[in-house]
Amino acid sequence: MFDLLQSWLSSFLYDWLAILITLVIQAVAVVLPLMLAVAYLTLAERKVIGFMQVRMGPNRVGYLGMLQPIADALKLMLKEIVLPSQANLYLFIIAPVLAIAPAIAAWAVIPFNEDGMVVSNINAGVLYVLAISSIGVYGIIISGWASNSKYAFLGAMRASAQKISYEIAMGFALVTVLMVAGSMNLTEIVEGQRGGLVNWYWIPLLPMFFVYFISGLAETNRAPFDVAEGESEIVAGFHVEYSGMAFAVFFLAEYAMMILISFMTAIMFLGGWLSPFEGIPVLETAFAWVNGFVWLALKVAFLLFLFLWFRATFPRYRYDQIMRLGWKVLIPLTIVWVFVVMLMKYTNFGPWFN
Amino acid sequence: MTFLEFIFYVLATIASISALMMISVKNPVKAALWLVLSFIATAGVWLTAQAEFLGLVLILVYVGALMVLFLFVVMMLDINVSQIKEKFASYLPIGILTSIAVFIILYMVVGPGHFGLEKYLPPEPFSAGYSNTEALAIPLYTEHAYAFILAAVLLLVGIVAAITLTLRRQSTTMVLYQDIDKQVKTNAKDRFKMVKMDAVVEHDIPKVEEDK
Repeated sequence: MFDLLQSWLSSFLYDWLAILITLVIQAVAVVLPLMLAVAYLTLAERKVIGFMQVRMGPNRVGYLGMLQPIADALKLMLKEIVLPSQANLYLFIIAPVLAIAPAIAAWAVIPFNEDGMVVSNINAGVLYVLAISSIGVYGIIISGWASNSKYAFLGAMRASAQKISYEIAMGFALVTVLMVAGSMNLTEIVEGQRGGLVNWYWIPLLPMFFVYFISGLAETNRAPFDVAEGESEIVAGFHVEYSGMAFAVFFLAEYAMMILISFMTAIMFLGGWLSPFEGIPVLETAFAWVNGFVWLALKVAFLLFLFLWFRATFPRYRYDQIMRLGWKVLIPLTIVWVFVVMLMKYTNFGPWFN
Repeated sequence: MTFLEFIFYVLATIASISALMMISVKNPVKAALWLVLSFIATAGVWLTAQAEFLGLVLILVYVGALMVLFLFVVMMLDINVSQIKEKFASYLPIGILTSIAVFIILYMVVGPGHFGLEKYLPPEPFSAGYSNTEALAIPLYTEHAYAFILAAVLLLVGIVAAITLTLRRQSTTMVLYQDIDKQVKTNAKDRFKMVKMDAVVEHDIPKVEEDK
C-alpha cells in the first residue's frame, strides 16, 4: 500500500521528498493508534483495578468514563511545567523526549497482520527492538540527574540498574526464540508457528515465556517491580520534579513500552496474528473470516490485562530481591534453556523443529 | 544526491560534531552523553553501509549497557574540573606535539591516499534476503571456533578477576550479612505459633458497679 503511495508521489515530486513523505505518513499511521491505545489503557487500568478492589473506577466524564483519558490529557496540558532552579535545563527538557522516542521508534518493525502491515520488514527485527528499547534507559538517567534532586537521582539509579539487569534475561529469552525460529525477522518468526495452538512457541519455550514476561514487567517498571516510583520511599522516583505535560510524556512512554512488550510476547510466543483454531475441523472454517489483526489484538489485550491484574494483586518487591531474581534466578534459567533448546533442535523434538 | 547519501551526510555530521563536543565540553556527564550521540550516529552510518548487525550491536552493547555504567560512575563521582586543569598551560606544548604526532601516524595509516574508487571497487549491494547476522555467525562458529572460545574464556577470566577484587568478607562481628536464601525460605510456621484453645466462656465476671 505504501509502496504504491511512494511511486505515485515520486511521479511528480523529487524522489527523496516522496520517500520522506511516505515515511512520515507511515510513522503517523502507527503513532496515532498507539497514542489512542495508550490513552484507553490508562482508563482500562483504573477501571480494572477499580473493579478488583470493589470500586467503580472513573465513571463521571462521558458514558462509563469513556472521556476520562481525554479530560486527563487536557488537564495535564494546561498545567504549568515547573523548571526547578539549579537544574540542567537542556537535559531536563530533553529527558522526556529521550524516554518516549525509543518507545515509539521500536514500533517500526512490529508486524500487525499477515498481509505485510508493517512499517519496515527488516531481517534483524528482534535485534532492532532490543537495541532501541535499550536506549530508553537514558530518559530515566538523564531526568534523574538533570533534576538536581536527591530523590530523583536515587530513583533514576534504581530504575536504570533494574532495567539493564533485566535486559540480559530478556535478550537470552529472545535467543531461544531465534534458535527455534531460525530467523530474526518478526514476520518469519510468526509464520514459523503456523499450525494451531500446539505449534506456537510457548510450549517448547514455556519457562522462557514466563521469563520474558516477568522481565518485561521489570523493564517497564511496573508492579510488582515498580521500585522506581516507590511512593512510600522516594516520593515518585526519577520524575518527582516534572509536572504537567513533561510528566505525562514519561507516562506515555511507560504505557507505550507496556503495549510493545505485550506485542513482542504475543508475536514471539503466542503465534502473533495466527488463529488459535487452526487445524480444528469446524472452528477453523467458522472463524476463517476473522482478520489476523483481531487475533493479535485479542492476545495483546489479554497480556495487558495481566499487567493490570498483577498490579492489583502483588505487593512491591524489595530492591535486593528484585536484583536477586534477575541475576540469580532468571539469567541462569535462560542460559540452561538455551542448552535445552539446543538438544531439542539436535533431536528434532516435536512439531517445532521440522 | 540520493536519499541514502543525504542520510549518510546528516549522520556523519552529527557523529563528527558530537565527537568534537565530547572532548571539548567541560562537564564529564555531558561528555558521556555526547559520546552516546556519537555512537548512535555511527551506528546509523553502519546501517547505511548495510552492516545492520554491527550497527545494532553497537547500540545494544555500547549505548545500552556500557555507557550507562559509565554514566553511573561519572554521575556519582564529584569531579573537580579546576583541579584537573591546574597544569593545563604547562603541559600544553607537549600535548600539542603528541597530538600532531598521533595525527601524522593516523594520516599515514588511514589517510585519504589509501581509499577511493580507484583503489577499491564499490561494494556490490546485497540482495534483499541477505542476512548479515548469518554471514557473520557461520565463519565465527566454524572457521574461527577456537579463537572464539579463547576470547570467551579470556572474558570469563576477566569477570572472575573483577569479582575477586571486590569480594571480601569481613567477620560477622564487624559487618552483618544478609542470607537471602534463608530469608526467602522462611515460613509463617517458623515465626508465628498458632495456639489451639477451647472456646471457654469465663463465668463469674464481677459486675462493675456503676457510680451513682
